Amino acid sequence: MPVRGWIEVDDKYCKGCELCVQACPQHVLSLNLDRLTPKGYHPVQLASEGCTGCAICAVVCPEAALTVFRETPVRPMRETRRESLVT
Amino acid sequence: MVTPTIETVYRRPRTFTDVTTHYCPGCTHGVAHRLVAEVLEELDLQERTIGVASVGCSVFAYNYFDCDFVEAAHGRAPAMATGIKRVLPDRIVFTYQGDGDLASIGMGEIVHAAARGENITVIFINNANYGMTGGQMAPTTLPGQKTTSSPYGRDVEQMGFPIRTAELLATLEGAGYIARRSLHDPKHIRLAKKAIRQAFETQVQGLGFSMVELLSTCPTNWGLSPAEALKWVEEHMIPAFPLGDFKTSPGLKPT
Amino acid sequence: MAIELLKGNIAIAEAAIRAGLEAYFGYPITPQTELLEWFSERMPQLGRTFLQAESELAAINMVYGAACTGARVMTSSSSPGVSLMMEGLSYIAGTEVPAVLVDVMRGGPGLGNIAPAQGDYNQIVHGGGHGDYQPIVLAPASIQEAIDLTVEAFDLAEKYRAITVVLVDGSLGQMMEPAELPPMQPIRKERPAWAVTGAQGRERRILSSIYLNPEEEEATNLRLLRRWEQIEANEVRYKEYYVEDAEVLVVGFGTAGRVALSAVRTARGEGIPVGLFRPISLNPFPYARLAQLADQVQAIEVVEMNAGQMLHDVELAVRGKVPVRFYGRLGGVVPFPDEIMTEIHNLVASPAGENGDTRQRWLKQLELSRN
Repeated sequence: MPVRGWIEVDDKYCKGCELCVQACPQHVLSLNLDRLTPKGYHPVQLASEGCTGCAICAVVCPEAALTVFRETPVRPMRETRRESLVT
Repeated sequence: MVTPTIETVYRRPRTFTDVTTHYCPGCTHGVAHRLVAEVLEELDLQERTIGVASVGCSVFAYNYFDCDFVEAAHGRAPAMATGIKRVLPDRIVFTYQGDGDLASIGMGEIVHAAARGENITVIFINNANYGMTGGQMAPTTLPGQKTTSSPYGRDVEQMGFPIRTAELLATLEGAGYIARRSLHDPKHIRLAKKAIRQAFETQVQGLGFSMVELLSTCPTNWGLSPAEALKWVEEHMIPAFPLGDFKTSPGLKPT
Repeated sequence: MAIELLKGNIAIAEAAIRAGLEAYFGYPITPQTELLEWFSERMPQLGRTFLQAESELAAINMVYGAACTGARVMTSSSSPGVSLMMEGLSYIAGTEVPAVLVDVMRGGPGLGNIAPAQGDYNQIVHGGGHGDYQPIVLAPASIQEAIDLTVEAFDLAEKYRAITVVLVDGSLGQMMEPAELPPMQPIRKERPAWAVTGAQGRERRILSSIYLNPEEEEATNLRLLRRWEQIEANEVRYKEYYVEDAEVLVVGFGTAGRVALSAVRTARGEGIPVGLFRPISLNPFPYARLAQLADQVQAIEVVEMNAGQMLHDVELAVRGKVPVRFYGRLGGVVPFPDEIMTEIHNLVASPAGENGDTRQRWLKQLELSRN
């Protein structure tokens, strides 16, 4: 099952510099040209499917404007594996 | 049965205030600030940190970090930091300086702070020009590079060669950790964060003067887009300012 | 405490230590290096902070940093080094943190010499650093006074969040006199409410002299002015000798005032009705008292070891009510009492003086006497 990720962009901080757009390995980011932030920039947005929550966008963001989430599947440990850890 | 969990992979550091920075869009000052903020949070240093802001684009750094801060005169941040650290040795004191502040007017203060082994941490932003005042030549400007005060390009006959500050300071016994990193791509940003963390660890462990020189962009004064500016760092600055660790205290315990 | 024979520089340094000095940052320069050396020995003994900085420029900025933490901190220097500190003093004033500076003056301008002078009056009293700020300036004329004023300097600096300068002639720093040091005060533990110490359990604090918005900068300047008004009202200091029935008045500060006192005493012995007015606070200047005395006497003679700097403040106080004359020695030359005696005789003989500019008359006379 593929890892699903998504980001939240804080309009207060995003300056539309597009460093995240360029850095995103999945190429899912682009500027939202329909909107302006309070400071008058076009903020970035998730433009298509495929975000893996790798957070490379957040790593390059100069404004810490991005919060990155990831939905990961969690499998419960099976009995036999637990036993082998004990011995 | 598979239960999906939602993980916050990255959130804004708590050591940041909620103030929008005044830096140009895409300027890597913001990245450097963010890395320092993350390290201060991860090492739980916020409540005992005192920052010393310097003069340059980062003059308002005190607005962005949620910790005690003072403002130094141009170039004097290492001296001011010395005054603070000497009377409050158990606090974490760091300066944040640009190439004019640190390598030009402040060259005396930085060399002596390092020579004395002051247990302070210096974050040095090298973007090969004087940003705040409009893009004049800096001690780190590259040969041939055009700036507003070297309109024909830096002529080494008249104006000498750029100074490699990290190598210079690494010759001093008092230096505990001196490194140069770059902020031009995600891999190097991650390496820069590790170096910044190591620098603050050097201070925490009392192992002498620590400095991380960060090769940074100045899109506005270079006349490049933020993305082009990153490329310029990679192609032009790294050959002139090699990346690496120039001094590491042998006593540094890994964390 | 016992009266001991003390050297000026040492007495001032030890007085600061007794006053609870926590940190000293300085740089060697004659004729005040003894302070640095004394501190280098005593401060580590007491577990306090001492550091020889790489320059006076660095020293004043270290003081600035330590002052922001609320610590009792000082530096000392002499004229050329103090010039280097002017930037730092402006920043300290603009950030409204307390600090003490001891300036042991020498001959200048430029490198000059190491002989005593009073050539820093304008630089210190009228603020050599940029912008509108007023340091409190105290000028001792004896080693005991230097001790007492140094101790007071810290209290004044903290009370008013101002810079206090103890302005010492080089001679005072170097000479030895019997004096008494105060008992040792403990270092205060509490820090002021504005101090930057690491924001543990409280809101963070910022100390800066930046006020980008001009209206805010104006508000800051007004705040400094209002505090200065309080200082003017409360902190004027001076000493008067033989003024009750004086008909002519000599005015001098520091060593010049002390030399003039010898002359005034001798003159009184001859029956000359002369008095001495010795300002101790050069800033705030004792304008009011001098203005009063100007109503009483017929002429005033200002004696300084410079080309006439306090002279202008005296003229301002007197407002032309009576003639103000001037006698000065320059470049590190210290006047002798007999030179002042000559001036007193001239003053009494013709209080109104010859026609012409005060300074011109003095210059002509000085050049004649040097040849």
